[in-house]
Amino acid sequence: MNDMSPDGYTTPDGRQIGGVMMEVKNITLRFGGVVAIKDISFDIREGEIRAIIGPNGAGKSSMLNVINGFYHPQEGEVWFNGAKRKAMKPHAIAKQGIARTFQNIALFKGMSTLDNIMTGRFTKMNAGFWSQCLWKGKAEQEEIENREYVEKIIDFLEIQAIRKTPVGRLPYGLQKRVELGRALAAEPKLLLLDEPMAGMNVEEKEDMSRFILDVNDEFGTTIALIEHDMGVVMDISDRVVVMDYGRKIGDGTPDVVRADPAVIDAYLGVAHD
Amino acid sequence: MTDVDVPAGRDSFPRLMAYNADRIGDQPAFRVKEYGIWQSWTWAEAHKEMRHLALGMMDLGLQPGEHVAIIGNNRPELYIAMYAVSAAGGVPVPIYQDSVAEEMAYVLDHCSARFAICQDQEQVDKVLDVKERLPNLTEIFYGDPRGLRKYDHTHLHDLKIVIERGEEMEGGNGADLDARIAARGLDETCVMLYTSGTTGRPKGVVLSNRNIISTAKNSSEFDSLRESDNVLAYLPMAWVGDFIFSMGQAAWSGFCVNCPESPDTMQMNLREIGPTYFFAPPRFFEGLLTNVMIRMEDAGKFKQWLFHHFMAHAKRVGPAMLDGESVSGGDKLKYALGNLLVYGPLKNTLGMSRVRVGYTAGEAIGPEIFDFYRSLGINLKQLYGQTEASVFITQQPDGQVRADTVGVASPGVELKIAESGEVYYRSSGTFVEYYKNPESTADTKDPEGWVATGDAGFIEPDTGHLRIIDRAKDVGKMADGSLFAPKYVENKLKFFPNILEAVVFGNGRDRCTAFLNIDLTAVGNWAERNNIAYASYQELAQHPQVQSTLQAHVEEVNKSVAEDPMLAGCQIHRFLILHKQLDADDGELTRTQKVRRRIIEERYGDLIIALYDGSESVFAKTEVTYEDGRKGFVSATLEIRDAAVVPVQTQQVAAE
Repeated sequence: MNDMSPDGYTTPDGRQIGGVMMEVKNITLRFGGVVAIKDISFDIREGEIRAIIGPNGAGKSSMLNVINGFYHPQEGEVWFNGAKRKAMKPHAIAKQGIARTFQNIALFKGMSTLDNIMTGRFTKMNAGFWSQCLWKGKAEQEEIENREYVEKIIDFLEIQAIRKTPVGRLPYGLQKRVELGRALAAEPKLLLLDEPMAGMNVEEKEDMSRFILDVNDEFGTTIALIEHDMGVVMDISDRVVVMDYGRKIGDGTPDVVRADPAVIDAYLGVAHD
Repeated sequence: MTDVDVPAGRDSFPRLMAYNADRIGDQPAFRVKEYGIWQSWTWAEAHKEMRHLALGMMDLGLQPGEHVAIIGNNRPELYIAMYAVSAAGGVPVPIYQDSVAEEMAYVLDHCSARFAICQDQEQVDKVLDVKERLPNLTEIFYGDPRGLRKYDHTHLHDLKIVIERGEEMEGGNGADLDARIAARGLDETCVMLYTSGTTGRPKGVVLSNRNIISTAKNSSEFDSLRESDNVLAYLPMAWVGDFIFSMGQAAWSGFCVNCPESPDTMQMNLREIGPTYFFAPPRFFEGLLTNVMIRMEDAGKFKQWLFHHFMAHAKRVGPAMLDGESVSGGDKLKYALGNLLVYGPLKNTLGMSRVRVGYTAGEAIGPEIFDFYRSLGINLKQLYGQTEASVFITQQPDGQVRADTVGVASPGVELKIAESGEVYYRSSGTFVEYYKNPESTADTKDPEGWVATGDAGFIEPDTGHLRIIDRAKDVGKMADGSLFAPKYVENKLKFFPNILEAVVFGNGRDRCTAFLNIDLTAVGNWAERNNIAYASYQELAQHPQVQSTLQAHVEEVNKSVAEDPMLAGCQIHRFLILHKQLDADDGELTRTQKVRRRIIEERYGDLIIALYDGSESVFAKTEVTYEDGRKGFVSATLEIRDAAVVPVQTQQVAAE
């Protein structure tokens, strides 16, 4: 994969992938004495579906948390849109165009689907305090615009029937979909999905795969996802990073990764020293 | 055959559209909820869109008489597309949107469809899957572009773009379109609808403009439908009922067709629109009633009392008031109070506050369910029809509504009952033919135009109402020659919530007997409330109290059956409760949950013998198939009970 041109490449199904959008260079992350991530580098290109896989505890979620700025690595650099990123708060990173979903659903259980997705528009609300209080002028106009956008997402994800249902009452698969909706509401350039298909049955997984591909296609969103289900990962992603014990042990297209002896060892369980 | 007089300017769908655009152009013709807001098309807008789409399709090569498949959920653009196909001289063929690609391939091939108009990617994918096998199919259209942007667009078109192109051509080619519209009158084919085909391949029923428009006219006048009415279009577009309601009657009367946001939001959209004219199959009304009852059980004591108190009153006087009979002033006052406190809010929740005319059809509806809605003041009626009749054969006029009949012959329909008891009809709505199938056409429709319904029934002498007894092929004779109609009795049994399924035997025998299945939900609930412990389905089914309850049900049915001299012989003398639920996996039911008599008679032959030889109990051991395909056995000793029957007077020979 290192022979890839800096301008991008074309996928087997004919999609045009652009230049580097996000690059992590030599990241090392420690929690006290525990090394969660050790000297990892890879890039994510514009328009790509990029997967991070690995056994339990390999450091996948930590990696995602580094990308979205929740963890600050002790060593290494994160480059986004051609600039080195300084340490900043997650909400500031969200403003830069990075949104995510969580491994354990993190929705507001008592709020409706619609309101949950509306919270995703938070970064698009700029009206002042008084305008918001009185719901006049800019606040009103913004709310209408935001609602329009949210309705497009509701239509896109086919969740019209649960628009007004409190999300706590929804089945798991639908909650995952609402969470994806909230992340999409921020109009992200880069969407991070932390195990979007964990705990789903086959049918729900198929639906979710379809939505991920459609998001990539319709909105042109670059997607980085963590997933356990190897079948799904190999089906939908363009390139895959494989992690084990905090280190990168493989990187490339699904076919390349699948044939990589180090990856096979990690998944089939070879004694480590 | 009585011919209807249809004015020349209203004898085809494109002309009706123009007529409405002219007369009520600024009133809504279609609505659909999109992005959370109801969007509407006025008749004038729909008329323009119809013309532009027709021009666009003519430009892509649609020739008069060619078939165009319409595939998708109820959407205004698809309804308008059906008008547009007609305008361009073609014949729309709506196809069930949930068919798999294989089934679709059969229909598309059988009608040699030239174009296919799809709602979205899902339908486009199915058509593309089988396109190679369909040499006649040249172009595919879609309404929703999502996910389709990267498809090869050489023969794939966005409806919006086709309409835009048609708009540009209006100036130059408008006259060609006018000529095509002018060329098609009452005798031309209006639509082709495929019957669902429970036996063998689906058949294409060809219906002419005369069939559809005369039926629409007659039935609109029957219920005085008007342009201010609203319907919710949620039943499949490929079903003849939707074609008559949402196309025929809507175009004739000029009322508005409302399309739900998605199939899952139907109930919510029903409440938002509050239709004035509504159709639903019996199971819809059953489900709704069950929901109401369950929610009432969770309500507070006072609310429960209020509900039950006023519902009892409504049951007593409501139907009579709806039929326009006179009731005492006190009853009226109490009903008005009930309306304020209970009926009004309940109807509002159900989305039925404004229903002026409601219909149910398809199967028998339980009298309690039927009366519940009528007592609330909802004018729910029954009709009887089929695709080959352009729906209407019989329907109930206001003021003559009963649960046990399907009404009088619809305007313009003649009825006759054959020797065998089978119902025949003839009308201006009677279909032209089965497409490419002259043998079936000849089997169904005789040279004089009479069509066999396949149902056995009789006309009540004093009221003229038709009563359907059973499928003609299931109706038999008892040993003494009296009529044996198993489904008639089974339906009565199944109206009890405790009875899930019933199978009645007696063809060629001297008396009737029955197998019953308990409804585990209802009976289990009862057991829980009464602290009755049970370890298995078999144990619960054989519990003495359950046996007694079901015996009471059977005896009640016997009483009701005995009231009808023709069917009094069908009373159930002995019954047993089966140790397992009849199941489609074991071949005992069809996939649509209909009883397969032959199979059951074979599988349970020893139990049937026991029902007739007077034994008190019988040991049963039956093979069952589990969901994962494994086989196993269930066994139990089944008690056989005698049920009281009402003595029947001397056997009358059924004389017409």
